[in-house]
Amino acid sequence: MATDVHRPVTKSAVHVEGLARAFDGRAVIDGLRLDIAPGEFVALLGRSGCGKSTLLRILAGLDRDIQGTALVPRRRAVAFQAPRLMPWKKVWRNVLLGLPGRPERAVTERVLDEVGLGHRADAWPKTLSGGEAQRASLARALVREPDLLLLDEPFGALDALTRIKAQRLVGEVWQRRGCAVLLVTHDVEEAVLLADRVLVMDAGRIVHEQRVDLDRPRGITDPRFAALRAALLERLGVDAAAEAA
Amino acid sequence: MSISHAPPSSPEPDISAISHSVDAAAAHLDRGFLDLQPVVPVPSRRLRIPRWLRRTTGPILLLALWQLLTSTGVLTADVFASPGRIAQVGWDLVRDGSLPSAMGISLRRVAFGLLFGTAVGTGLALVSGLFRIGEDLVDAPVQMLRTVPFVGLIPLFIIWFGIGEAPKIAIITLGVTFPLYLNVYAGIRGVDSQLIEAGESLGLSRWGLVRHVVLPGALPGALTGLRYSLGIAWLALVFAEQVNADAGIGFLMVQARDFLRTDVIVVCLIVYAFLGLLADFVVRSLERLLLQWRPTFTGR
Repeated sequence: MATDVHRPVTKSAVHVEGLARAFDGRAVIDGLRLDIAPGEFVALLGRSGCGKSTLLRILAGLDRDIQGTALVPRRRAVAFQAPRLMPWKKVWRNVLLGLPGRPERAVTERVLDEVGLGHRADAWPKTLSGGEAQRASLARALVREPDLLLLDEPFGALDALTRIKAQRLVGEVWQRRGCAVLLVTHDVEEAVLLADRVLVMDAGRIVHEQRVDLDRPRGITDPRFAALRAALLERLGVDAAAEAA
Repeated sequence: MSISHAPPSSPEPDISAISHSVDAAAAHLDRGFLDLQPVVPVPSRRLRIPRWLRRTTGPILLLALWQLLTSTGVLTADVFASPGRIAQVGWDLVRDGSLPSAMGISLRRVAFGLLFGTAVGTGLALVSGLFRIGEDLVDAPVQMLRTVPFVGLIPLFIIWFGIGEAPKIAIITLGVTFPLYLNVYAGIRGVDSQLIEAGESLGLSRWGLVRHVVLPGALPGALTGLRYSLGIAWLALVFAEQVNADAGIGFLMVQARDFLRTDVIVVCLIVYAFLGLLADFVVRSLERLLLQWRPTFTGR
């Protein structure tokens, strides 16, 4: 699954070792190590500016000014915080964009139905609501049948109700498809709700790792959920007791 | 039109008896006496008059003013003929075939000039917009040349290209090239880098990025450039045709000047105006067709 055939094929969907990235001499990622198993859902938490988005961009192949090893699947897809749909293409053409060969429109129908947007296939992006645009963006990522799905705070710009629906959708899609997912977020609750494993990043490294062994679907009222959430918040430097008050 | 809040400190509380005993209740009751004002509904289509009719009203008013000025004698016939007289002269020119043939020749010049100018302007803009090396090589010379008044080049062009069609088309080409270059270039450089990145993450090739992201993104700018270019094309045509022309609308005007026929000159000016209007209509239609995706303000 690794891109480089000269390296030993690992059993990971992502294998990163000794990764470093500096902007003008300032190290943003510094000796980072990360393995994601195939089909694993990993959430990456961290304060803003800790390098988590940079890591995602590196894994997406958008930032290649790096040192160290980063092995990723050939088929990978990104959904960004902003939907980044091409405003001059209708929804279904946005979904098809960049697919190899001459794909038919029918290809988009299944994936748009999967995200509940089948009825808006012919709409211009300007007519979509925030949630719909984000779902179109997710459909555009899913149509590539990725082995690794990279999500860069995809729910950050959504309102609270739409966010809950979108989180649920991502959970369902992941369970159905079984692709590895790396979710970059700053929402601890969201991370514990969705991920198998939560990583906390700080100063360019992964400083904490937390398995989440709760049964799915998870409820935020579960005391174990609350305990995990509090522990992670503390890791991030937020006093959970004070926050709850 | 939001519902306004009551002034924070009204000098006399409406219900003073309650207000000083229970503050919270007073604040609550105060709401009952807010100065409410209705949100007046405004129909989204205020005018039932069709758009085309509204757009023709302006020119018709102008025509009426013109008729008024000539019939009251403010404008005499040898200065500026009346609309009726102009219509008559125009009809005569059409009937004897001199106006249609002149128009055909002028239109052909503009068409060729636009064609070459669009090709050169867009081509240069693509080179300097898409590639940094192209920008370094192309942009500075173009910026230099564009400040040279192209009309000043007519004598040089006559020496280079003779007095046939070539110098006229060359002048129009030159006039058209620069506004297109500037706007297409700005359009390309104005494309949202987030969309470029999204395209990259979707696995678009370099050419795919240009075709699906950069060029559609530059289209609004390109059409603005085309609008400017069309305006300049007519301007360049007037200049080009008044020097050494033996056919075309400009030639008709020069001839009319020699015979002191102001009415023929006015007819020619009106023809220019209508051709300009037609060109504008073409660009407007193009914009409506090609930019329907744009989530921009379209006026109230």
